[in-house]
This record gives sequence, structure tokens and C-alpha cells, in this order.
Amino acid sequence: MSTQLRCVNASLGYEDGIVAEDISFEVQEGNYLCILGENGSGKSTLMKAILGLRAPVRGEIEWCGVGAKEIGYLPQQTVVQKDFPASVREIVRSGCIAKMGLRPFYNADEKQLAESTMQQLGIDGIAGRCYRDLSGGQQQRVLLARALCATRKMLLLDEPVTGLDPRAQMELYELIARLNQEGITIIMVSHDVRAAVEYASHILHIGSRRQLFFGTVEDYRSSRVGQSFLAVQGGAEDGIS
Amino acid sequence: MEYLEKLVTYFQNYAFVRYAFIVGLLIALCSSLLGVTLVLKRFSFIGDGLSHVAFGAMAVAAVTGLTNRMWIVLPVTLLSAVLLLRTGQHTRIKGDAAVAMISVGALAVGYMLMNLFPTSSNISGDVCSTLFGSTSILTLRGVDVALCAVMAIIVIAVFLLFYHKIFAVTFDESFCAATGIRANLYNLLIAVITAVIIVVAMNLVGSLLISALIIFPALSAMRVFRSFRSVIICSSVISVVCAGMGIILSILFSTPVGSTIVTADLLVFLIFWGISFVTERRAS
Repeated sequence: MSTQLRCVNASLGYEDGIVAEDISFEVQEGNYLCILGENGSGKSTLMKAILGLRAPVRGEIEWCGVGAKEIGYLPQQTVVQKDFPASVREIVRSGCIAKMGLRPFYNADEKQLAESTMQQLGIDGIAGRCYRDLSGGQQQRVLLARALCATRKMLLLDEPVTGLDPRAQMELYELIARLNQEGITIIMVSHDVRAAVEYASHILHIGSRRQLFFGTVEDYRSSRVGQSFLAVQGGAEDGIS
Repeated sequence: MEYLEKLVTYFQNYAFVRYAFIVGLLIALCSSLLGVTLVLKRFSFIGDGLSHVAFGAMAVAAVTGLTNRMWIVLPVTLLSAVLLLRTGQHTRIKGDAAVAMISVGALAVGYMLMNLFPTSSNISGDVCSTLFGSTSILTLRGVDVALCAVMAIIVIAVFLLFYHKIFAVTFDESFCAATGIRANLYNLLIAVITAVIIVVAMNLVGSLLISALIIFPALSAMRVFRSFRSVIICSSVISVVCAGMGIILSILFSTPVGSTIVTADLLVFLIFWGISFVTERRAS
């Protein structure tokens, strides 16, 4: 296993202030890292920094052997997309854009890649349907398929289950876990602690402005941070012992 | 029959009618292409602001007495497009305010200049035709026609070459930026094409009605069609048909060209809205 991403003492923020300080973690090939934290704890800022859209104020974020065009990204849904007239196939194919360079049209390989990815995620039956007519779970699968067209190395997911009903959430988590087993590195931003400890291999927990925990899921379960957060989200029956 | 004869005589005998028709169709085609992108990216306001800037620039150009006003109008509008996009990116409210300021300011300065330095005795006629394009399409000379045609063809070619990228950037800017596509560069490209379209379309419908020419066909097509490609194709067909009908009707009944075209676009929008209303009722 080789290290794909290394973050050393990174401080993140905007012009008007630091959002998160001294973040350090490592992602190895095939890992499933879940970044946990409350709203406003700097998760999204960290995601932007990882994607290279916003440089850290201090510290370093370093990629090893993964280029900018080898990252698949599942962003949060935007208002624009809710009303967008586009077919599933058009959206999935657009994942290949980065491979095209200046070539104006998709080639046969890229079209084939889009078709096989749709089959893999079970959305080949709705390839001709309009994106805005789909259920939330189907929409996320479409965006996931697009991300997979961009890369098979690493996927970054920003709160992928937001707004889905419990069943669709479960299905999406299972799907992501399956992709991880096939060897794709996953980095997911979430505030769902229970799902994180169930599916992820590593946890990075950010509190208000600082890093609370980074390590494997096993260590997280036995750590004080992990136990207290699991208790809060898991309901009273778990309790803090 | 009588109308048809009248039409045939016009087209056979007057070169300017033929010019107007060809240029009109080309302008309609290229202005409809980016409509979908502008509507979906919430960039419609930029188109509106730019058209007012183009009016101001046109007034300045008229005062300086240049033979070809395009040389002032085009660069000024392009520059404003880039500036508006910049301000619009940081915060929405600031962008809106900036557009309002620039567009109203350009209107005021433009009108004042036209009054202070009148180039003809009929100031209100000049202003009116710049705003509503009432006669300007029929007064185009060969050079203007060639220039308009070249710009329209460039716009269409650029759009076709970057079609998939424009789609990707419209649908999801953050995905594009994250996967190593220079989304800002494509936003800039979209703004620049919009500016060119507005300058060209000013000749057809005048600066106040340009937004309608850009947005109506896209909105109509989006009511009924459900993939990006079919929406683009449908909106360009709507736009070209409406422009053709508008020009013909305006020749036959001596109505102002710009407002006839836009009224046709509006009617088509109402029809498509009705269709979508009925089909959705049936579906549910």
C-alpha cells in the first residue's frame, strides 16, 4: 500500500479567519476515510483544500501519485441541478471531460466507459431519463457514475446521503462500500457518525477549529471522542460507560 | 396571395431585405444557443446588464461620429462582461447591485450624450431605434452584414467546439474545477460569447429586447424537452422560426422588426407553457 494523500499541520480558512487548525492525516491506497464534524467545523473547507480549490493558510497538503485529473468528486447538489434539463447519459458522459483535452467530442472509448459505468451502478435502465425527474437516490447514483468516469483511483464525496430517505441512504452506503472493496480509495465528508464507524476504515474527526481524532475505526470506537459522539448520535441505549 | 406577391417583390428587388433576413436568422440562431446556459447558471442578469452597456457604448460611438460603431461597442461590452462576471462570482448580491448600477448608469449617460451631441434632428427616433431596433436591421449595409455574419458564425463554431465543456460547466462547476478543468476559463468564454451575441443582436432587436431574444427560446424549450441536446436544438429552431416570421410579418404589416420577433417568441413560450401544463396534468 502506498500513501496517496498526506496532510501535515494544515490550517484552513478564508481571508477573515481560520476555520480549522493543525489538521494532519494520511490516506493510503484503498482506504475509506470518513471526515466527521459538526456543521461549520470546516469540513467543506477541508474538502476544498484537498481538491486544490483553496490552498491551506499554513501547512501542507501533498498528493502522491494521484493527479488532479484522477480524482472523482461527488459534490453537494446545487440549486441549478434541481431544474436542469439533461439526460442521465449526458451527465454520466460529462465525467470524461477532463480526459478530452481540447478534443471537442467524446470518442468511442469514453462512450463505452459511460455505458459500462451506468451498468455497474444499475442505472443503465434510466439512461435516457431526465435528471430532474429522478429520485434523490437515483440522482446520487448518476453523479457517482459521472465521478467514476473521471477516475478509478480515488473518490471524494461531500455529504452524499443528505436529503435521502433511510433506505436510499443504506443503498448508497452499500454501493460506496462495494466500490471501496474493488480498490477505489474513498474520502467522505459526513456528519453521520454511526454509518462512518460501520463502513469506513479510518476516521478524521474535526471539532470546533481543531482536530479531535485521526486513526482507524477500531481506535476511534475505543477513544473518548468516538465514544461520546457515538453515544450522542446512537441514542440512549448505547450509553457512555 | 396578395401578401405573398408583396413578399416576393420585396425579396427580389431590395438587397437590404435579403440582407436583413439572412442576418436576422443567423443572429437568432446564435443568440438562442447560450440561452439555456445563461438561464440555468442564473446569468440572465448579466445579459440584461450588458445590453444596457451596449446602448451606452452605442451612444458614445454615435457622438464620436465613427463610421463603424462596432469598433467601440464590441470592446466596451466585452470588457463589461468580464468585469460583471468577476463581481458576480464573489457574492450574488454584490453582483446584482453592480449590474443594476452599470446598466442604469450606461442608459442615463447614453441618453444624455445623444441629447447633448445630436447627430441628427430626430433624437427621439435615434434613441428609439437603438433601444428597440425599430429600423436598424433594414438600414444595414453590405459591410455590416458581412461583419454580423462572420461574428455569428464564429459564435456558432465556438459553441459547437466547446459544447460538451459548456454543458459540464453549466451543470456542475465544482465538479469541473475539482477534476482539473479550468471552470473559470469556460465561464469567461461564456461571458465573452454573450457579449459578442449582444453586440450582434443589437442590430436586430435593439438593446432593450436582446434579453428576450436570448432567454425566451431557451425557456420555451425547457418546458417541453428533457435533455440538454434536445433543449438546445429546440430553442434554436424556435428562435430561427420566430425571427423569420417576425421579419416577414414586419415587412408585410410595417411593424417594428424587433418587437414583432419578440412577440412571436413570447407567443411560442405561452404555447409551450400550455403544452407542458397539459402533459404534466396528464402524467400526474
